[in-house]
Amino acid sequence: MIELQHVHKAFGSNRVLRGVTLTIPKATSMVIIGGSGTGKSVALKCILGLVRPDSGLITLDGKDVTKGDRDAFLARFGMLFQGGALFDSLPVWQNVAFRLLRGSLKRPKGEAREIAIEKLRRVGLKPEHADLFPAELSGGMQKRVGLARAIAAEPEIIFFDEPTTGLDPIMAGVINDLIREIVTEMGATAMTITHDMTSVRAIADNVAMLHDGVIQWTGPVAEMDASGDPYLDQFIHGRAEGPIEAVR
Amino acid sequence: MSWISAFLAAIGRTAMGGFALIGRLTLFGLETLSHVFRPPFYPRELLLALFNVGYFSLPVVGLTAVFTGGALALQIYSGGARFNAEAVVPQIVAIGVIRELGPVMVGLMIAARVTSSIAAEIATMKVTEQIDALVTLSTHPMKYLTVPRVLAGLITVPVLVAVGDIIGILGGYVVGVQSLGFSPGAYLKNTVDFIETLDVVSSLVKGAAFGVIATLLGCYYGMRTRRGAQGVGRATKLAVEAAAVLILGANFIITSIFFSA
Repeated sequence: MIELQHVHKAFGSNRVLRGVTLTIPKATSMVIIGGSGTGKSVALKCILGLVRPDSGLITLDGKDVTKGDRDAFLARFGMLFQGGALFDSLPVWQNVAFRLLRGSLKRPKGEAREIAIEKLRRVGLKPEHADLFPAELSGGMQKRVGLARAIAAEPEIIFFDEPTTGLDPIMAGVINDLIREIVTEMGATAMTITHDMTSVRAIADNVAMLHDGVIQWTGPVAEMDASGDPYLDQFIHGRAEGPIEAVR
Repeated sequence: MSWISAFLAAIGRTAMGGFALIGRLTLFGLETLSHVFRPPFYPRELLLALFNVGYFSLPVVGLTAVFTGGALALQIYSGGARFNAEAVVPQIVAIGVIRELGPVMVGLMIAARVTSSIAAEIATMKVTEQIDALVTLSTHPMKYLTVPRVLAGLITVPVLVAVGDIIGILGGYVVGVQSLGFSPGAYLKNTVDFIETLDVVSSLVKGAAFGVIATLLGCYYGMRTRRGAQGVGRATKLAVEAAAVLILGANFIITSIFFSA
């Protein structure tokens, strides 16, 4: 279980997180929604330690994430980045097997390649894609490779940062289905950041809406439409009018 | 009076900025050094960096050295003719290339070729979240990106300087023998007889220092990049500028240490 308690983070005078409190139960899929610049990615990066919060506490299974063995902590995570963040100097299979080729999870090269090809197959890519370089792939294929890399070491927790941004609706649907299937079959805890309401309905068990640096609403996805929260209603229906100020 | 205080404030800000930069660079260098000795190590990355920094720099180093050596021979010959000292061309070419021009030319070429490419590559990785991805894959960016490149600079740039020194002297030799009428045997003998161990050692020490400066600054500015393509361009420009200035500054300091009376 991941817990954020009163997490604050500011960049200069810009107070992005103003006391975020959120619980993500084990083996559930939490989707965080909210407008651009509301701090969704910052919250996620705070959990991973990529950004250090100014105050507040973040725990994983009751333990402060800033303490203890960092490698062991990170070994429990997989992450799909918004732009894929694939290493362009490495072929696809080495991107997928990155963790398996070095560090504490190191395996023999042949075995790592086999696992990479298996993961690529799992996300709908063929073995012949394994030796291509990321720049030779389409945006959708890069997302799939990123997804394969995120699951390669079979992590307990997977983060997805805007998994469908920049994809056509069909490819977005494919990625959403893959995420849902993989999270379910691995029994992983998932945290997804997205603006895409189709993704929310496809991926989420629970939803949290981040607005003005705090969690405005959180609850099961089934209760989202009848929440009665004016902020959430405006967001999920994409209305320009409402309590969330829309810049025209 | 207000313009005077504004002027002084601007000088103060620049000086403070300079000191802050030196402080951050020092901390970055010390952090790099601390990672050199702590596992995990990435030998494959080091091998790639050795090729990129060293081997692939050989053509540009060779070409600049040969032309510089040749031009130096012509300058010394024509300049020396004013006081009947044309005969010292081999000695002055040797001392000039080994002590100064060889290391400085190689250092500046490395700043242009390697610092820029390291800064641009790491900066692009930063803005495309590849550095964050490394962290989430339990790989420390300093260990994986900075340490192999800085070690490659430390190891290969002295070798490049040695090669540059030899080729520079060869350039002077070709011009001396083909255009200035020196006898091949006498030119070589004068060159070899005149070179001292300290000249060579100072040249190699300069190469090692310049290699560290060039690669460290590329990594430093790359890692600190923000704001997309503009940030990548800015990081590359700042890295090359800083490397060139620091290389010339370090050259003066090392020369002072080795050769001040």
